[in-house]
Amino acid sequence: MCGIVGLFFKRGTATPDLGPLLAGMLSQMAERGPDSTGFALYGDAGPEGAFKATLHAPDKEYDWAVLEAELGAAFPLPGLARHYGSHAVFTLCAEAERLFAWLARHHPELDTFGFGERIEVFKDVGLPDAVAQRFDLGHRCGTHALGHTRMATESAVTTEHSHPFSTGVDLCLVHNGSLSNHNQLRRSLRREGIRFMTDNDTEVAAGYLTWRLRQGMNLTQALKAALVDFDGFYALAVGTRDGFAILRDPIACKPAVLAETDDWVAMATEYRAIATLPGAATAEILEPQPATVYSWQRQ
Amino acid sequence: MIEIDLAGSSVTALNQRLHQLTLRTDQRYWRVLNPNGAHAIAVGLTEPVHVEIKGHVGYYCAGMNAAATIVVDGHAGTGLAENIMSGSVHVRGNASQSAAASGRGGLVVIEGDASARCGISMKGVAIVVAGSVGHMSAFMGQTGTLVVCGDAGQDLGDSIYEAEIFVAGTVASLGSDCVEKEMTQAGVEHVAALLDRAAVTADATRFRCYGSARRLYNFHIDHAAEY
Repeated sequence: MCGIVGLFFKRGTATPDLGPLLAGMLSQMAERGPDSTGFALYGDAGPEGAFKATLHAPDKEYDWAVLEAELGAAFPLPGLARHYGSHAVFTLCAEAERLFAWLARHHPELDTFGFGERIEVFKDVGLPDAVAQRFDLGHRCGTHALGHTRMATESAVTTEHSHPFSTGVDLCLVHNGSLSNHNQLRRSLRREGIRFMTDNDTEVAAGYLTWRLRQGMNLTQALKAALVDFDGFYALAVGTRDGFAILRDPIACKPAVLAETDDWVAMATEYRAIATLPGAATAEILEPQPATVYSWQRQ
Repeated sequence: MIEIDLAGSSVTALNQRLHQLTLRTDQRYWRVLNPNGAHAIAVGLTEPVHVEIKGHVGYYCAGMNAAATIVVDGHAGTGLAENIMSGSVHVRGNASQSAAASGRGGLVVIEGDASARCGISMKGVAIVVAGSVGHMSAFMGQTGTLVVCGDAGQDLGDSIYEAEIFVAGTVASLGSDCVEKEMTQAGVEHVAALLDRAAVTADATRFRCYGSARRLYNFHIDHAAEY
């Protein structure tokens, strides 16, 4: 099973509507994925040269203030950190590799769930309403977002195995389905320098797209290449800094619905998640065709 | 006309009321508001009542229908009219995968498109799609008729038994053991009658007929690759 949702505002700056609308969509997908819930939000970019890192600590009582002081000694921190229990978002001026190296050396207990100019990633075990509340989703702004409710089939039920998976700057992916050749793909991607935190198949899909984008492909080209290289069944929603894309496998094993209005594009595993959005009743609604890439870029 | 607003009432409560109806009920006309993609709306109806649903429905709408007339004024999710026995189900928009799956009788009309596996394992139902159908439609169809006014996706009629398929547009590819057959006068009349029942306007003479080559009925070593 699993439920995936995506909401993409076509224009304008980050809107406070995004968080509550995504929370409403996720809530509808609770029955499809009661194991864990996660979401990625694309907010406004920070100051020039600044990146946001969403860090995860195994301990809900983690002392983020201490970490903020340590990080501040190592990197310029142009913005205050935000804490949400086991997760915290830091705005800092550091390239991804420098930050990852620093964290590996000083704080190997921390995971980086998201890194980029705009992305923030939150995920945890539990039902969508509880997880949304835990991370204050109802008060979060942004231009686009992806969400996932997980019914685990191929790896453990933990925070780390929850979706979305982000393996590249401002890139993340949610997935409904199962990949059969993820071990083989993971081995080849590791040789290409892609880092993986878990044995999860979806993380491999995210890593694959990161690798293809690094080769110079655009998102549509990367997804077309995935059609050749992924063996399994899948409905994927992908977020980038300013873009949003959807792909279903060639036999359309997994359900997906798309809706579009003048203001937004939404994707969900089932229409009832889209029905919660303003204007859904009059939106143009279609079922994405198998093996067809759908993508949007913000204007 | 009895109006049920699903914004304030559960699908279970609606279905229970519909199941309690008897043959001679005077509550024959029902309207359902705000379906909002809910699943299993108006399933298992056994009496000749009329239910109109105003909006998009989720999975398995009108499943197992017997005798009732159900109209969806919107799109329908996966498994519309699954295992329909009799009566009719009419969708004014599109239908998702596996519409009329295993249907044993009755009429299913889709004014828009139906996606993959429309009429999968059909066993007597008549399906009229005014638009196009997705891949593997009428897969393992045993009896009944699928009429497609638009185009058909890949592997149409794969492993088909004795269901009949009529397509006015193009067929992306035929599935295993499905072949084009001669369009007879009886076939034209059959399509015209179904179009008439479905209130869909199309020229019955433009349809081509597809059905089983009957090479998969019994094991034959020459066809081993097709099983």
